[in-house]
Amino acid sequence: MISAIVRTATVSLCRDRGALVLSFILPVVFFSIFAVIFGGRHDSTAKVTVLLVDEDHSRISQRLVQGLEREGSLVVKTRPAPVKGAEQPDFTAPTAEAAVKAGTAPVALVIPHGFGDNPISFGPAGGDRPTIQLLEDSSDIVAPQVIVGLLQKVAITSMPDLMAEQGSKYLDQIAGGLTREQHDRLEESLRQLRERRENGAAAPDSGNGGIIAVRARAVVGENKNNPMVSFYAAAIGVMFLLFTASGAAGALLDEVESGTLDRVLSSRVTMTTLLLGKLTFNSLLAFAQLVLMFLWGWAVFKLDFWSHIPGFVIMGVCTAVAVAAFGMLLASVCRTRAQLGALSTLVILIMSSVGGSMFPRFLMPEAMQKAGLLTINAWAIDGFTKVFWRDEPVFHLWPQVLVLLGIATALFAIARRLARRWEYT
Amino acid sequence: MSESSPPLRVDALSKRFGEMTALDGITLELHSGECLGLLGPNGAGKSTLIRSIMGRVIPDAGTISVFGAHADSMPARTALGWVPQELALYPRLTCRENLQSFGRYHGLGGLGLDAAVAQCLGWATLTDRAGELVKNISGGMKRRLNMAAGLIHRPKLALMDEPTVGVDPQSRNHIFEMIETLRGEGMSIVYTTHYMEEAERLCDRIAIVDHGKIIALGTNADLVRNAFGSRSQVLARFAGAQERVADWVAQRGGQVFGGSAQFTIEHPTEIGGLLEASEKAGFELLDVSLRKPNLESVFLRLTGRELRD
Repeated sequence: MISAIVRTATVSLCRDRGALVLSFILPVVFFSIFAVIFGGRHDSTAKVTVLLVDEDHSRISQRLVQGLEREGSLVVKTRPAPVKGAEQPDFTAPTAEAAVKAGTAPVALVIPHGFGDNPISFGPAGGDRPTIQLLEDSSDIVAPQVIVGLLQKVAITSMPDLMAEQGSKYLDQIAGGLTREQHDRLEESLRQLRERRENGAAAPDSGNGGIIAVRARAVVGENKNNPMVSFYAAAIGVMFLLFTASGAAGALLDEVESGTLDRVLSSRVTMTTLLLGKLTFNSLLAFAQLVLMFLWGWAVFKLDFWSHIPGFVIMGVCTAVAVAAFGMLLASVCRTRAQLGALSTLVILIMSSVGGSMFPRFLMPEAMQKAGLLTINAWAIDGFTKVFWRDEPVFHLWPQVLVLLGIATALFAIARRLARRWEYT
Repeated sequence: MSESSPPLRVDALSKRFGEMTALDGITLELHSGECLGLLGPNGAGKSTLIRSIMGRVIPDAGTISVFGAHADSMPARTALGWVPQELALYPRLTCRENLQSFGRYHGLGGLGLDAAVAQCLGWATLTDRAGELVKNISGGMKRRLNMAAGLIHRPKLALMDEPTVGVDPQSRNHIFEMIETLRGEGMSIVYTTHYMEEAERLCDRIAIVDHGKIIALGTNADLVRNAFGSRSQVLARFAGAQERVADWVAQRGGQVFGGSAQFTIEHPTEIGGLLEASEKAGFELLDVSLRKPNLESVFLRLTGRELRD
C-alpha cells in the first residue's frame, strides 16, 4: 500500500516540471552561486580597491606605497582613470574623498606631510605625530578593516629596517643609558603597548591601533542615523517587488484560464492596450510597495526619507516599471500559474543573489559583480544607494534611469510579442 | 460599416491546425434579426468558426464580414457581442462592478454606462444582487450575468456559445426569455448549443456543422423533411438475447440504441408488419411507439453515433 502511494506521488512529481525545477535545479543553482561568491574560486576572490594619496613623498612613505601596491588582494589607484586617453593628475586628499563619495572605491588612504619623520605610532612624539587618514565608505564594512590590517602588515614586511631604525632611535631617546628612571619609562611604554593589545585597541579610528597610526573617517554615510537601512530597504525591497510583480502579472494567466481575457479582447480593448494597462497597474503597485517600505524604514529605523523625495520618486518609478515589465514577461512566457510560480522563484532568487539583494555586490568576486549588472536588482540598488547613501544629486541617476527604463521597454516588447499566442489562434 | 449589409457573412472560410482541418470552406449568411443555431459534435469546428467571427482566429482562406466590416476591425468589434461558454467574470468584483468594467471596455461611460448597467441588471433579474460579489452568487445568476456582460453595449449581433450549460431548468427557461427579449428588439444572434430543444425553440434556422463543414442548413422543419421526408420512426423493445435481437433488427434495416430497436417507416401501417415479423422470429415485444423524427433524429442521422472525444 505504501509503495502504491509512493509510486503515485513519484509519477505526479515527474509530470510537474515546476516542482521538479524547485526540487532539484534551484538548490543546485543556489549552491553554485554561493560557492562562487564565498568559495573564493581560484583567483576570482574580490580585491579591495584603495585610492592612495602620498602627500609626504618621503623615502618611508614611498616604501609604504610600494608595499601596498605589491599586495595581491589590493587594487591600488594613485590617480583617476584616463579620460579620453588623457592621463589624470594624482589623487589629492579632496579628490580622493570625492571619489570615495562617488563610489569609485570604498577606501582612500592619505599619507600626510611629515609621516616619514615619525611613522611609528608609539614613542615620544605623542599626539602631534602625523597620522594616515583612512577615508571610508561605511556601507562597506569589510574594506576599511582589510586596509588597516594590510597597512600594518606592509609596515613590517616592507620596511623592517626602517622599523628597527625607528625603534632604536626611540630606545635611545627613551632609555638612554638605562638609568632607573629610563628603565621605568621603557617599562611604562611597554606596559601601555601590552595594555592596548589586551584591550583590543585595534579599532581603526583609535589612531593608535598598530605600528602605524591610522585615523579613519567616514566620508560617506557619516551623518546617517542608521546607515545600512537604506541599503537593505532597497535590496530587500527590490527582491520582493519582483515577486509581487510576477504574482500580479499572473492575474493575466488567471484571465486566460477563466476566459476573461478573450472577453476583454472581444471588446474595444486591444492586446497592447490591455498589457499597457496591466503594466501601469503593476508599476503603481510596486511603487506603493516601495513607498511603504521606505516609510517603514523612516518610522522604525530612522531612515532619512523626507530629504530624499525627488531621488526616491525617480528611482522608485524606474524600478517599479522595470519590475512590472519583468513580471509581465514571466507571465507571458508561462502557460499556467504553476509554471509561473516555479519559474519566477527560480529566476528571482538567482537575480536577487547575483544582483545584490541578499548580500552586497562589493563582497562578490569581480566576475560576479559584473554578472550582477545584468539584473534589475543591481541597477535599482545602485540608484537607491546614490540617493540615500551618497546623497548624490538626482542628475547623477541617469545611468540607472536609462538602464532600468531600457530594461522595462525591452521586456515589455518581448512580452507583447509572446502575448500574440493569446491574441490569435 | 453598412446597415444594408447582412449582420454576418462568411465566405469559403478555411482553417487548418497542423494536420487537422478545423474549417473546410464554410459559407453562410445571417439575416437581419435572425437567430441562427450552430449544432455540431465536439470538435466539429463550431468554436473555431465563432472565434474566427470574433477575429481571434486568422483563417487560411476565406472572408468574414460583420455588417460589411472586416472581422477584428473596430466597427466589427463594436457591432459584436460575445457570450462565452466559460463564466468569464471577475469573481472578486460585484455584479454591478463587472458590468461597469465590461461596459467601459466597450467604450461606455458616464450616464450612458449607468443606464446600461441598470438595464442589464434588470434584464438579467439581478438588480437585487447588484452589490454581491460574483464568487458568492449562484451558478444560474452567474450565467445570466455572463450574458449581460457580453451584451452590455447593446450589440447588433450576438454570438452565444452554449449560454445555458450547467444551469437548472428554471434558470435555463429564464435565459430563454432573456434571449427572446433580445430577439424582440431585433438583435441578430448566432447561437451555439448541444441542446436540440434549445435550437428548436429559439432558432429561425439551424446549421449542422461537422468536420469543419456545414452539412445541413435550414429551418427545423426543412432539416427534418430533408433528412426523413414523410417517414416516421418506430421504437420497440424486445425481451430475449439482445445479440439475436440486434442481428434481426439489422436484417430489417433498423438499428439498436440503448436497448431500443429503431426502424424508419414510410407509413404507420408498416408497424403491423414489423410486429408480425418479430413474433415469427420468436421475440417477445415489451413495448412499441411511433415517433415523428425531430432535430435530434436529424443530428444523429447526419453526424452518426460514434463518440467524438
